[in-house]
Amino acid sequence: MNRSIKVTGGLLLGIIAVALAGPLVSPHDYDQTNFDALLQPPTLEGLQLFGTDDLGRDLFVRSMLGVQVTILVAVVASIVSLVIGVAYGAIAGYAGGRVDALMMRFVDTLYALPFIFFVILLMVAFERNFLLIFVAIGAINWLDMARIVRGQTLSLREREFVAAARLIGVSPARILLRHIAPNLVGVVIVYVTLTIPQAILVESFLSFLGLGIQEPQTSLGTLVDAGVNQMEGASWMLLIPATLLAAILLLFNFLGDVLRDHFDARGEL
Amino acid sequence: MLLYALKRLLGAIPTLLLVIVLAFLMVHAAPGGPFDDERVLPPDTREALEAAYNLDQPLHRQFITYLSGVVTGDLGPSYHYRDYSVGELIGNAFPVSLQLGAMAMLLAVVLGVAAGTFAALRRNTLLDRAVMGFAMTGISIPVFVIAPVLVLLLAVKLQWLPAGWSGSGGIGRLILPVVSLALPQIAYIARLTRASMIDVLASDFIRTARAQGLGMGAVVRYHALKPAMLPVLSYMGPAIAAILTGSVVVEEIFGIPGLGRSFVNGALNRDYTLVLGIVIFYAALIVLLNLVVDLLYGVIDPRIRRR
Repeated sequence: MNRSIKVTGGLLLGIIAVALAGPLVSPHDYDQTNFDALLQPPTLEGLQLFGTDDLGRDLFVRSMLGVQVTILVAVVASIVSLVIGVAYGAIAGYAGGRVDALMMRFVDTLYALPFIFFVILLMVAFERNFLLIFVAIGAINWLDMARIVRGQTLSLREREFVAAARLIGVSPARILLRHIAPNLVGVVIVYVTLTIPQAILVESFLSFLGLGIQEPQTSLGTLVDAGVNQMEGASWMLLIPATLLAAILLLFNFLGDVLRDHFDARGEL
Repeated sequence: MLLYALKRLLGAIPTLLLVIVLAFLMVHAAPGGPFDDERVLPPDTREALEAAYNLDQPLHRQFITYLSGVVTGDLGPSYHYRDYSVGELIGNAFPVSLQLGAMAMLLAVVLGVAAGTFAALRRNTLLDRAVMGFAMTGISIPVFVIAPVLVLLLAVKLQWLPAGWSGSGGIGRLILPVVSLALPQIAYIARLTRASMIDVLASDFIRTARAQGLGMGAVVRYHALKPAMLPVLSYMGPAIAAILTGSVVVEEIFGIPGLGRSFVNGALNRDYTLVLGIVIFYAALIVLLNLVVDLLYGVIDPRIRRR
C-alpha cells in the first residue's frame, strides 16, 4: 500500500469521524435558533467553534451535519451509478458485436446531453426529496462507469476461463455474475472513488442553487449559499463550509488519482 | 470535409430529438400546472389561459405543436413573463453569457496550455510539482466556492474589483466572473497538456529535431505543441459543457443577466416553457460546438482528414 493512499484515506476517515461524532458531543442542536447570538464569530466560549449563522444556529454542528449529508448523498448516488453502470457496461461488453455497438452509441448520445440542466428540471418538476437527489445524481454518473466496465468485460470475455465456463454450458447470466463480475471489482472500486467527488459536486451545486437539500436540513452546498449572503459581515459563514467542501473534494480526487495510478486500471477516459 | 460535416449534422438530429422528448415529458409530468399561483383563478379564465397555451389538448398533440414550433425556431410564449416569447428572452440573455463563456474559454486554453507546457519541460522538478499541485486543487474546488471566495477577498476586503454586475460597464466587472469560470478549466487543461506534452517530447521526431540542433523553445513551438494539443482539443466538448454549467452559478453569484440566471429563475418561477426552451437551446449549442471541435481535429491533424 502506497503511503499517500493511507494518508488521504486516513484524513477522509478522520473528517467523517469528526462529522459523525461532533454533533453528538456538542451542546448545540443543528436547528436550534438563538436570537441572542446572531452571527457570532467563532469562539471557544460555549464551544461555538465555528460561530453562529444569521439565525443564531451553531455553525459547527451545522457544518458537521452538512458534511454527513454531503457524503451520504454522494455515496448513495455513487452506488446507484455503480449498479446501473456495471450492469450496462458488463452486458454491452459481454454481448459484443451489434448489441454492444448500439448500447455504446446510446451512451455516446447521452454524453452529449446537458445533464445538469435535466437534473434541475427534475428538481423543479417534482417535490424535492432525498431519494430523487440520489437517483438524479446516480443517473448522471453511470456513463463513465459503463464505459470502463464495458472495456474490461470485452477483454475478459476472450479469456480462457470464460471460454471454459461457456464450454461446459454455464448460462450467460451466470458467467457475468460469477466469472466476470468478480474480476471487475478492482477497477470499479477505483472509479467509485472518482465518482464520489463528482456526486458531491452535483449535490452541492444543486443545494447551492436552492434546488437540493432544503432547510432546516443542510448540506455543504446549502451552507456555502447561506455564507454568500452573509459574507460581508460574517466571512466565517462562507469560509468554513467552503474550506470543508474544497478539502473533501480535493481528498477524494487525490485518493482516486493515486488509487488509479496504483492499480494502473487505465480506462478509456 | 463538407460531406463529413453534413453527416455529423444529420447524426445530431436524434440526440436533439431525445433532448426535446425527455425535457418535454419531464416538464409535463410535473404535478401542478403553470397557473397554480396563490391567487386562485376563476374557472373560465383558467380555461381560456389553458386554451391559449394549448394545454387543453392531449399530450401528443401538444408535443407535435411544440415540436413544429421548435423546428421553425419558435419556442413558444413564456409562462411567467407573459409579454415575452421564450425566443426573445433567450435572445436577450444569451449574448451576455456568450461573452462571458468565450472569454473564460480563451483564458482557460491559453493559460492551461502554457502552464502544462511549462510543467512538462520541468518534469519532476519542484516547479512542476507546484504547478500540478495547484492544478489538482483547481480541479477539485467548484466554481461556486471559488467565485464567492474571490469576491470576498478581492472585492469585499481589498476592494480592487467590483463584486457585482451593476454600475459602470467596462472590463472590471468581467474579471472576477471570467476568472472564476476559467480556473477549474485552466487546471484541467494544464494537467492534460502536461501529460500529452511529456508523451510527445519522448517521440522520435522530437529527438531528430533536437539532434539537428534546434533549441528546446523552437522544438516545442514548431513541432511539439500541435500534436500535444490533440487531447486538449478533445476535452473542449466537456469543457464547453462545464463552462455552461458553471455560468449558471457564476451569473447567480455576480447577478449577471445571462442565460444561466434566466434558467435558474425560470426553474424557481416554474416557468416551464422558458426552462424547456433553454434546455433545448443549450443542448443544440453543445451539439453544435462539439461538431466544430470535431472539424477542428481535421484542421490540426492531417492524418484524420485523410480518413
